[in-house]
Amino acid sequence: MKYVSEFRDGVRARRLAAELARQAAVLALDPARPLRIMEVCGGHTHAIFRFGLHELLPPGVEFVHGPGCPVCVLPMGRVDECVALAERPGMIFASFGDALRVPGSRKSLQQARADGADVRVVYSPLDALALARDNPDREVVFFALGFETTMPGTALCLQQAREEGLDNFSVYCNHITIVATLRAILQSPDMRLDGFLGPGHVSMVIGQRPYAFVAEQFGKPLVVTGFEPLDVLQGLHMLLAQRLDGRCEIENQYRRVVLPGGNAAALTAIAEVFELREFFEWRGLGSIDHSGVRLRPAYARFDAETRYGLRAPHIADPKSCQCGEVLKGVIRPEQCKVFGRQCTPQNPLGALMVSSEGACAAVWQYGRHRIRA
Amino acid sequence: MNRITLAHGSGGQAMQDLLREVVLRHFDDPLLRAMEDCARLQPVAGELAFTTDSFVVDPPEFPGGDIGRLAVFGSVNDLAVGGAQPLWLSFSLILEEGLDLERLQRILASAAAAAREAGVRIVAGDTKVVPRGAADQIYINTAAIGRMGGPRLSVAAARPGDAVLLSGDPGRHGAAILAARKDLRLSAPILSDCANLHPLCAAILAAGPGTRCLRDATRGGVAAVLNEMALASACAIRLDEEAVPLDPVVQGLCELLGLDPFSLACEGRLLAVVADAQAEAVLAAMRAAPQGAGARRIGVVREGPPGRVSMRSALGGERILDMPLGELLPRIC
Repeated sequence: MKYVSEFRDGVRARRLAAELARQAAVLALDPARPLRIMEVCGGHTHAIFRFGLHELLPPGVEFVHGPGCPVCVLPMGRVDECVALAERPGMIFASFGDALRVPGSRKSLQQARADGADVRVVYSPLDALALARDNPDREVVFFALGFETTMPGTALCLQQAREEGLDNFSVYCNHITIVATLRAILQSPDMRLDGFLGPGHVSMVIGQRPYAFVAEQFGKPLVVTGFEPLDVLQGLHMLLAQRLDGRCEIENQYRRVVLPGGNAAALTAIAEVFELREFFEWRGLGSIDHSGVRLRPAYARFDAETRYGLRAPHIADPKSCQCGEVLKGVIRPEQCKVFGRQCTPQNPLGALMVSSEGACAAVWQYGRHRIRA
Repeated sequence: MNRITLAHGSGGQAMQDLLREVVLRHFDDPLLRAMEDCARLQPVAGELAFTTDSFVVDPPEFPGGDIGRLAVFGSVNDLAVGGAQPLWLSFSLILEEGLDLERLQRILASAAAAAREAGVRIVAGDTKVVPRGAADQIYINTAAIGRMGGPRLSVAAARPGDAVLLSGDPGRHGAAILAARKDLRLSAPILSDCANLHPLCAAILAAGPGTRCLRDATRGGVAAVLNEMALASACAIRLDEEAVPLDPVVQGLCELLGLDPFSLACEGRLLAVVADAQAEAVLAAMRAAPQGAGARRIGVVREGPPGRVSMRSALGGERILDMPLGELLPRIC
């Protein structure tokens, strides 16, 4: 299949793996103190486990699974607000599918739907807009979440809602930004990372320039990387090549999709609709400065937070949960105290077990046969 | 009349008209025509097999099939993979008030054609109508009786060393349904694999008396069936991902939505576990039979942790192929 099968070719993958082994040998990497490379995106994590890429790594190189799964990092207080909104009489609550399973403190959206709430799975914010148009006597809220990848869609949808004057439509904005999050990880005192596979689809929107600080201020290389197996291996190859050459730069492996300057039209729409919040709370990571966006005042009447007086109460993560340490690469998923015991994909306790792209869910789903008891 | 009304389920004249003019027009069997309260069946030598299944699908008509065809083949296939020859079928309708009568006619015509194809007689049935909103257009329940023959097959009979065979590309029914739903607005050319598996089962059993187990992969897809087999047989199963034939359009849809073709439903595919010595003969027989042209040997039963199903990727890595989690929820990005 075009753009898929050629990036999953076994022969090429093994050739790349041999090349990685050669680089590792020249670098004389020490398996006792491996190079730790964070793959930022949930999509990378998923590909690594689905295709068993970690088995192709040379000794002395290790993946650390990053925070880039927007569903996973959704704090419980915000899920609770979604459930409360969905349970309002007459409400149609529209959400992307994989947010339905995220546990709130009382229930998930899936449970709320079973209890009678009108929760609809949509594939695009425009579907939610159509729901509002088709149901003029009902309120429709779209649950907007995701990094810069999904922000342009929400922005265009809000511009259209304003143009049409759709008064029964609003957006519960939970969009987050990757750059502030990377900075928070780099500033964390227990951080021990040697480089990043940067997000592919986020970069399609924002380009590669916003990552400059990663190399300039923190001295870590970053390679914007695609999501197919050969993309991930090639991204890693580029990181090791930088190390061999003594370089520390922002590079782009995903050139078939990502332009250096990103997508100008998408960035314009984002800037017109959203503004930075001072801080945003993440499940597992706590509050991170400037890591979330909200709607600008011009869009206040489409802002579910204003319209329904939402405050997103802070609800602490379960104490036994070690998602934060996993997210920062301090421990591996299977080293968490509750992994596979109290916390499984059927009954997720922590953020990283919730979505199939969460690091813990990926380890459980695809790799639990390798975990030493 | 061009729509179903509550009167059609009332037991009165409207219902009689519906039965005579619509249902019996398509299901023309003397046992049904007698309009008795029950069908009286002639005795059959040997053991009988009995199965029932209910069918709800949105949309009720989809590329490659419809709920009527699905309801006949669903029960017939359950008999076939149990090693039974289908004989009689009951066919019960639950209709939503307002259902387009033309649609009902098409569905019944399709069910009748499917029954003829499968060589099963529709000898009993029932029709109920529920108020608008209490059901989604049309639900069907079928139950089927068949005559047992051939070896005793069981989901618990897989043994280490056995070959795992798949009759064709997986996930096409699930993908066709997803693509047919209006909310996705996809125009992917995917036909459901909805089909009668009885001739294929007969061919397998004739070529491979050492066949341990047959299962049609319906809800939960290939992943669910393999997990059931491994668990019931207390052994492990390992697949070779490269050996699994995937339709590129199905794969494309799955990539787009973040779904796994191994977890998508099929309605005309089966998995066979066969003693290794007979695997090639069975595979050849499958490929020569209807619905088996795309058959492949996809894996092997092994000693190992009971219930573990794993898959070796083209890249050489190995991963678990889990029992699907429940509702298939598309990823956001």
